[in-house]
Amino acid sequence: MSTRVQKWILSGPPLLYLLVFFAVPVGIMVLASFRYAGEFGGLAPLFGTGDPDELTGLTLESYQRFFDDRIYLELFAKSFVYAVVTTVACLACAYPLSLMIARSPKKSRDLLVLLVILPFWSNFLIRVYAWMIILGPQSLFTRAFNGLTGAFGLEPMPLLFSPIAVLIGLVYVHLPFMVLPLYANLEKHDPALLDAAQDLGANAWQRFWRITFPLSLPGVYAGAALVFIPALGIFAIPDLLGGTDSMLIGNLVKQQFLDARDWPFGSVLSIVLTAAAILFAGLAAWFGRQKRT
Amino acid sequence: MALLEIRNVTRRFGDFLAVDDVTLSIGTGEFFTLLGPSGCGKTTLLRMIAGFDAPDGGEIVLDGQSMADVPPEARNIHTVFQSYALFPHMTVADNIAFPLRMAKCPPADIAPRVKEALEDVSLSGMEKRFPHELSGGQRQRVAVARALISRPKLLLLDEPLAALDAKLKERMQLELITLQKEVGITFIYVTHDQEEALALSHRIAVMNKGKVEQLDEPATIYSFPKNRFVADFIGECNLLDGTVSAQAGEALSFDVPGLGGVKIVGSAGGVPGAKGTLALRPEKVSIGRELPADCANRFQGRVFDYLYTGDVTLYIVEVEGGQRLEVMLPNSAVGRSSKFFEPGDGVQVGWRDDAGHFLPD
Repeated sequence: MSTRVQKWILSGPPLLYLLVFFAVPVGIMVLASFRYAGEFGGLAPLFGTGDPDELTGLTLESYQRFFDDRIYLELFAKSFVYAVVTTVACLACAYPLSLMIARSPKKSRDLLVLLVILPFWSNFLIRVYAWMIILGPQSLFTRAFNGLTGAFGLEPMPLLFSPIAVLIGLVYVHLPFMVLPLYANLEKHDPALLDAAQDLGANAWQRFWRITFPLSLPGVYAGAALVFIPALGIFAIPDLLGGTDSMLIGNLVKQQFLDARDWPFGSVLSIVLTAAAILFAGLAAWFGRQKRT
Repeated sequence: MALLEIRNVTRRFGDFLAVDDVTLSIGTGEFFTLLGPSGCGKTTLLRMIAGFDAPDGGEIVLDGQSMADVPPEARNIHTVFQSYALFPHMTVADNIAFPLRMAKCPPADIAPRVKEALEDVSLSGMEKRFPHELSGGQRQRVAVARALISRPKLLLLDEPLAALDAKLKERMQLELITLQKEVGITFIYVTHDQEEALALSHRIAVMNKGKVEQLDEPATIYSFPKNRFVADFIGECNLLDGTVSAQAGEALSFDVPGLGGVKIVGSAGGVPGAKGTLALRPEKVSIGRELPADCANRFQGRVFDYLYTGDVTLYIVEVEGGQRLEVMLPNSAVGRSSKFFEPGDGVQVGWRDDAGHFLPD
């Protein structure tokens, strides 16, 4: 058997997997984005019956609609900002936590990691509903928050159904996805490097910024990608915790498929979202490689 | 005044006494070695000098200043770690420049000093390489250059050659000696390798179970070990236990079960009836069908086994009484043929009366 054939046999299963679970769905979506919406939702048939009023075949109508109205691009920009803020906030919360777990005694590390992933054991919606109670107008948290802002002379404001609630929800839901890759990276650091840095005159601050942080960058990039990409497309959090003005691109996609029943336009939105996600993941991978070499 | 004073330093880990009341005084420009088996406390002592660990009792004084409340980063002491601990995300130049940057050295001065440091360890042109692109010996040199660039008062080396192969180890030993002479910085070297300690050091402290067993120059340690542990740890040694049967001035008659009476001169501390040990180096024992005339002690025996190591052969000889002795014969003595005796050959072994060193119990 030639090595060429062997290579094909070896790469066969993963290739098939990618084909079935990635290429085919994306292909269906791309095709759908060029079709007409069906009269009663779904898609219009590709090949008509000959009825002159029937819309059949392929069209760029949905793409035109997306680029014609600024509101869709604005929604994209808004979703992008939410995703960036979520990623940065997750990083700020996850870094100290991951560092603490990585530096705690070996015996207790597994338990602490378990605590981080423990929320996954209860249903996502239940956890978000729990936040609705925490952020509700009568909750201790809301009263404490308004008491604090009141001390600075600000009017009390409701937290639930506001952008703040959406951001809190986004950060809460995605936090483990930042903690896990960061911890996996930080845990592998050789403690001798910090000893060496200290020995050579670096104080605690310098040891962090010159040794720990640069070495953790691959973990930061991995965590950022794992948080940013789902945060960009999420619809459940703004649906439940956000107000009328808290719609994100994910909500629009969901709306097109389930409420408006305009599959072609929903597909266009999804394709733009996927393209943005791939672009971001590519950039993250590229940055990661630049830093390593 | 000594550069570094270690006064009655003790360190406990739970019930385990890692360092037990150690007092040492190390002078400027000295190449000082802490030698001992693993677990003897040498690394703990080194970490306390560097500041990563604090003594439970006693005091460490550098240049007249107590180090008790001085953190590692503020001590003018640098360490070459066993794993080298080079920063993997920095180039060779950035690694070496690290202590200068920490010391807020003007940026314009850094590049020429790094260049000079690389020349000192013959790594010119390697500035842009990363640690993973270097060989073991090169990494070791970078670690030394990094630790020396800001001219610390004291350089600590924690088994820095342990990871290198034998050939490279020898070359790095020579380089370290030369470098130490050039820079004139005091080196404190930790190792469990007695050959390395003998080759490198001005003075050696042999440690065991947290205590310093002997502190002397290499030749003294080798020829006049103070006790059984030192004799056994440093080099190969026949340790013959017995009883002193007679004494006349510095001359002793020593009775070894399974061997017989042995004449010893030049060793103090033996009175008739005292138990003790004769430490006899294999290379001080002669072997042959006929022995040199100056062998005051002679025994008949048979070759039991031998170990051929290229330059020398180590014979294990069983004397008539049953005692086994290690005897070293340089292979220069046998011309080109590889060995002189076969197992089972009848031979004589013998040594001068001043060859052994008597250790009273």
